Amino acid sequence: MRTTSLAFLSTKRHSGRFFYNCCAFTPAQGFDVCLYTAVRRCIFQKRISLANETTQQSGLGAQWEELTLGLYDAVRFLGRLFRQAIRPPFDFHEIIRQCFEIGYRSLPLITLTGFVTGIVFTKQSRPSLVSFGATSWLPSLIAIAMIRALAPLVTALICAGKVGSNIGAELGSMKVTEQIDAMEVSGARPFDFLVVTRVVASTLMIPVLAMYCAFVGLMGSFLNIYQNEKTSFITFISDAFEQIGFLDIGTSLTKAIAFGFTIGAVGCYKGFYASNGTQGVGKAANTAVVLSMFLIFIEELVIVQVSNWLR
Amino acid sequence: MAYAHQIDYAQRVIDIRGLYKSFGPLKVLQGVDLDVFKGENVVVLGRSGTGKSVLIKIIAGLLPPDAGTVNVLGRHVSELSEEELRMLRLKLGFSFQNSALYDSMSIRENLEFPVSRNMPGMSKTALDDLVKETLDAVGLLNKIDRMPSELSGGQRKRIGIARTLMLKPEIMLYDEPTAGLDPVTSVEINNLINEVQERYNTSAIIITHDLACAKATGDRLVMLFEGKVAKAGSFKEVFASDDPEVQKFYNYNFIQ
Repeated sequence: MRTTSLAFLSTKRHSGRFFYNCCAFTPAQGFDVCLYTAVRRCIFQKRISLANETTQQSGLGAQWEELTLGLYDAVRFLGRLFRQAIRPPFDFHEIIRQCFEIGYRSLPLITLTGFVTGIVFTKQSRPSLVSFGATSWLPSLIAIAMIRALAPLVTALICAGKVGSNIGAELGSMKVTEQIDAMEVSGARPFDFLVVTRVVASTLMIPVLAMYCAFVGLMGSFLNIYQNEKTSFITFISDAFEQIGFLDIGTSLTKAIAFGFTIGAVGCYKGFYASNGTQGVGKAANTAVVLSMFLIFIEELVIVQVSNWLR
Repeated sequence: MAYAHQIDYAQRVIDIRGLYKSFGPLKVLQGVDLDVFKGENVVVLGRSGTGKSVLIKIIAGLLPPDAGTVNVLGRHVSELSEEELRMLRLKLGFSFQNSALYDSMSIRENLEFPVSRNMPGMSKTALDDLVKETLDAVGLLNKIDRMPSELSGGQRKRIGIARTLMLKPEIMLYDEPTAGLDPVTSVEINNLINEVQERYNTSAIIITHDLACAKATGDRLVMLFEGKVAKAGSFKEVFASDDPEVQKFYNYNFIQ
């Protein structure tokens, strides 16, 4: 039977091969490179030996092995990202350009979605509050909903679609047309120039966009409340922020920072390692969006849980 | 016809021994040995899939070898740290098959990019002069503010070569320099390769399956067959062989 994942390293034959592969690389390349290459080689050799023995391969085992390797690749990518992000030289000019691309160019979409979200949420909440005679709670309800949950989440989902797919497709296209290789061989440090700058820019810009989305959402909500309840702007703002504390804003910012990092990192990871020509570019853009959204929901769940413990 | 140039047979700039590379079950290189001497243009010939491009990607450190040693300018490529490899790459010029110009940048920015990334202290005027001088060397100074999408295939190849020349490399690696070009443009590219060798005193590996290019640019030919060096020598020596594979390759090229 086929042994799944890295468990086969525990066998005498393969553990020997693993250490041989580790030793085949020099410490100059770094421990992570040695370990990564050794694991890759072991799995490759294992596949060859299995093919030679004409052993039946279980589809589930192969998928599990790919998942393990995928996770290892992702961890290695993140390690490289953090290492390069704190190592000079810093590409400030490119970071500012990316901030403009990610932040400024997303403003129209965020304005529209934030405004509509504010109005729709207010309209849908009113009937429930009317039945309790508690329409005066609308501003604080909307503020809590927008600042705690909706603004970072809506911004992140919009940007996962717009920014994540853009980064995935752009880097994927550069990868398959060998532009990234061309940067690599000219010593231009493409990882720093393409990946670090985009991840930093999206980590900085998504929180700004999320706060902007919350503001626009509250304005949309105010217009609807003013139309129906004739509440003044000062009263609306005063009521809205009555229930909002430092923890709410802190949690919201934390979420937005995590979402921004996720969108940038996933888009870059999928694009930077794209393969298989134009099909690979499409796949990189698509999986960047899907994986970003999936991770955003997981992060939302975790951060909300942690903030509730702190509350 | 190759230009007059000096080859220093006492100085190996590339020294490859027992190079193996596989992709999954596909064995691409199976024990390749290759030397390139200073000032020499070596043409690597072979059919598609024989590992020609893989060979130069391993030399440039873009792919790791499975086994064997690759020594470039006295440094073992697989033993270098990331920064050491980057420094070594500054001495290599890699001309990609599809030119790999940066789509989002103008020709001027394409040429400025490697220099501004590696020599951030260089003044704007000096960089501008260098860009103009290099574009002039490839005969495309008038295209300086165009975008890559506005250029023909041959012009893109020239710009790709110009971009590599910005860092004054010691070794040039050309991946299929005449692929997809008409015969006239191919001759222009062949002449450019020889001009680069003479003007910049470079050594080069030229990957091709175009025998006209091989004959025009190569001081020495190496023919790869099934991942191994099947024949090596001058153009005449290689194609004087009775080896049916070599003859088949020759006939197919020159019948056209």
